[in-house]
Amino acid sequence: MDLTFTESERRFRDECRAWLEANVPHDLPSGDTREGFELHLEWERKLYEARWAVVSWPEEYGGRNATPMEWLIFEEEYYRAGGPQRVTQNGIFLLAPTVFEFGTEEQRNRILPRMAAAQDLWCQGWSEPNAGSDLAGIQARAVRDEQAGGWRLSGQKTWTTRGAFCTHLFGLFRTDPEAERHRGLTYFLVPLDAPGVTVRGFGRLDGDEGFADVFFDDVFVPDHDVLGEVNQGWRVAMATTSAERGLTLRSPGRFMAAASRLIDLYRSRGADADPRLRDEVVRAYIDAEAYRWQTFLTVTRMTSGEQLGAESSLTKVFWSELDVRIHETALALLGTDAERDESGWMKGFQFSLSGPIYAGTNEIQRNVIAERVLGLPRA
Amino acid sequence: MHFAFTDDQLAFRDAVRDLLAKECPPTAVREAWDSEDARGTAWAALGEMGVLSALVPESRGGLGLGMVDLVLLLEETGYAALPEPVVEHAAVVAPLLDEPGGALDGSETITAPFHHDTVMPYSDRADRFALFDDGTIQLAGRDDVTLEACTSVDHARRLARVTPRAGVDLPTLATGNAVAAAFERGACGTAAQLVGLARRMLDMTVEYARERRQFGVPIGSFQAVKHHLADARIAIEFARPLVYRAAWSLTTGDPEAPLHVSMAKALASDAATLTGRQALQCHGAVGYSFEHDLHLFLKRAWVLAAAWGDADWHRARVGRAIL
Repeated sequence: MDLTFTESERRFRDECRAWLEANVPHDLPSGDTREGFELHLEWERKLYEARWAVVSWPEEYGGRNATPMEWLIFEEEYYRAGGPQRVTQNGIFLLAPTVFEFGTEEQRNRILPRMAAAQDLWCQGWSEPNAGSDLAGIQARAVRDEQAGGWRLSGQKTWTTRGAFCTHLFGLFRTDPEAERHRGLTYFLVPLDAPGVTVRGFGRLDGDEGFADVFFDDVFVPDHDVLGEVNQGWRVAMATTSAERGLTLRSPGRFMAAASRLIDLYRSRGADADPRLRDEVVRAYIDAEAYRWQTFLTVTRMTSGEQLGAESSLTKVFWSELDVRIHETALALLGTDAERDESGWMKGFQFSLSGPIYAGTNEIQRNVIAERVLGLPRA
Repeated sequence: MHFAFTDDQLAFRDAVRDLLAKECPPTAVREAWDSEDARGTAWAALGEMGVLSALVPESRGGLGLGMVDLVLLLEETGYAALPEPVVEHAAVVAPLLDEPGGALDGSETITAPFHHDTVMPYSDRADRFALFDDGTIQLAGRDDVTLEACTSVDHARRLARVTPRAGVDLPTLATGNAVAAAFERGACGTAAQLVGLARRMLDMTVEYARERRQFGVPIGSFQAVKHHLADARIAIEFARPLVYRAAWSLTTGDPEAPLHVSMAKALASDAATLTGRQALQCHGAVGYSFEHDLHLFLKRAWVLAAAWGDADWHRARVGRAIL
C-alpha cells in the first residue's frame, strides 16, 4: 500500500491543473439548450486540441494513454477548476469503451477520432416509452435487408439526452423477435441524418430541451454499423452500463468539487447558516472523500487485473444519492433565497434529481446489488 | 497511488480469520455472556500468532508492524465479536510499553477506557489497566486499583469502573502527543471492528433471507428485504476504504491523521448501526429472540459505535477541521 501519488502522477496533476486553470470557461450557459450546446462544443474542441478531451485513450485516437489513476486525477482537476459537465460524455464515456472492446479496427478508426474531436456527437438510444427500467422489453425492431447488406430500423427511442443536438445515436434494436428477450437484441450505430429518422426535442424537469424522442421509420443501417455480433446486443450493452454506473461517467472529482462549493456556501452564509446544517455539510464532505478512496481502492484492483462487475451498482447508488443530498443541503442553506438562486444550486438540484433515475434507477441498482453482489434469490 | 494490501498482509488476515472461526464461534461469545469465568482459547492463540504484539517494535520483541497491518486483523476480531480487549491491548497500550513482557504473547491482558473515562471493558480478566488522566496514561496492576463491576448491554464486555487505590504511585506510560496518538489508534481500531461486525451481520442476514420462506418463497426474493440489505452493503463498501486510509495515515504519521480517523469512525459507526438495524428487521421475530445469535453482534455494534467517539463526535471534529 502506498497512498501517496507517484512523482509522475504529481507531474500529471500539475500539468492538468495549469492548463485547466488557464482555460476552463466559467460563463457557459447550460449545455442542454441549442445555443448552449454550441458553446460547449467550442470548449470540447479546445480540450481536444490540447489533447485533454479523452486522456485515457491511446494517443492514436487523440488521447494521452493516461492510466486509470491519472484519469481520476484529471477529473479531480477538471471539476476543481470549475469545468462544465461534458456534453460529449455519452460518446466518450459510454460508447467508446464498448467500441474499444467490441468494435472492429475499421470501426475504431472511423468512429473514435471523430468522437474525440467532437465532430460526431453521440447520444444513447436505449429507453423506449415501454422499456425504461425494464430495458430488455425493447420493441424497436431491425429487419434484415440481405440485398442491401444491412438492416431496416423502425420504432421509437425516448428520453434521449441531448438527442436534438447530437449527430449520431448508439442503440439497441430487436433483431430476433422469436428469441428469449435478452438474446434477440443487436447494438446499432446510426447517423441521425439518415433518411427516415425524426428527432423531436423536449424539455426536462428544468425546462431545458435536454431530452428527445427519436423516431425510426424504415431507416437503413449497413452491416458495418453493427457493433459486436448480431443478437449479442444485450451483452455488448451491459459493458457500457457497467461504465455508466461506475466511475467513468461520474468520477469522484465532481462530488469533491460540489462538496467544496457547499463548504464555501456554508461559510458565506456566516451567522445566517442554521447550525443544524453544519452536520449535513460535514456528511457531504465525508461521503465525497469516501467515494474518492473507494474509487482508489477499486482502480487499484482494476489495474491489478480484476474486472469491475455488479459492484458498480454500489457506486451508482452512492454518488447519485450523495449528489441529491449535497444540493438539498445547499438549498436549505439558501433558504428562501433558493427560489431566486442564480448561482446554479437550484439548477444543479434539479439535475441531481435525475441521478437516481438515469443509468438504471436506484431501485434496479439495489436489486442488482442484492442479487448479484449479495447472492439473494431473484423474484 | 496503490491502494491494496500485500499478499503477506492478506495471508496474516486469513490466518487470523481461520483461527477465530475455530476459537471464537458464536458459542464462545455466548459463553462469555453466560459465565463469569469463561474465557476461550482465542486470546492465547492470538498472542502466539503475534497479533497482540503487532505494533510493538521488533527491538522490544514485537512484530514491528503498523496500523495498516493491524486494522485488517481487528476487522476480523469484529467479525467474530471476539470478547476480549484486543483494540485496547494491541492497538492502544502495547506500543507504549518499554518492557512488554507478557503483553506480547497473550499471557497478560491489558485494558483501557474509551478515553477520559474510568469504565473499562473486560476488566474481569485484565492484569493491567491503562488510566487516562489529565493528558497522561498511567499503568496500574490489579493490586493498584479497586474494581466496581457495572453491567453492559453487551454482557460479554464485563465492564468495571477502575479507581486507583489511594497512595499508590503509578508509572506514567505516555504524555502529550503519545496520549493523543493512542486515542487515534483506539478509534481507528474500533472502526475496523465495526466494519467487521457489519460484515458479519450482513452475512448472517443474507444467509437467513435465502433460507427463510414465507408466502412459499425465500424472503430474500422480496424487493423490500433486498433493498434493506443492499443499503447495508453500500454503507460497508464506503466505510471500509476510509478505515484503511486512516490506518495508513497513522502508520505514516500524516499530520491530518486525526481528521482521517474521524471520517473513518463516523462512517464505520453509521455502517454498523444501519446494518444492525436492517439485520434485525430482516430476521424479524426470530432475530428478536434472545436465543438467536444476532443480538451478540448487534449489541457489540451498538456499544462500539458509541465508543472512542460516536459518529456525531467525530463529525464535529471533522467540522472543526474543514469549516
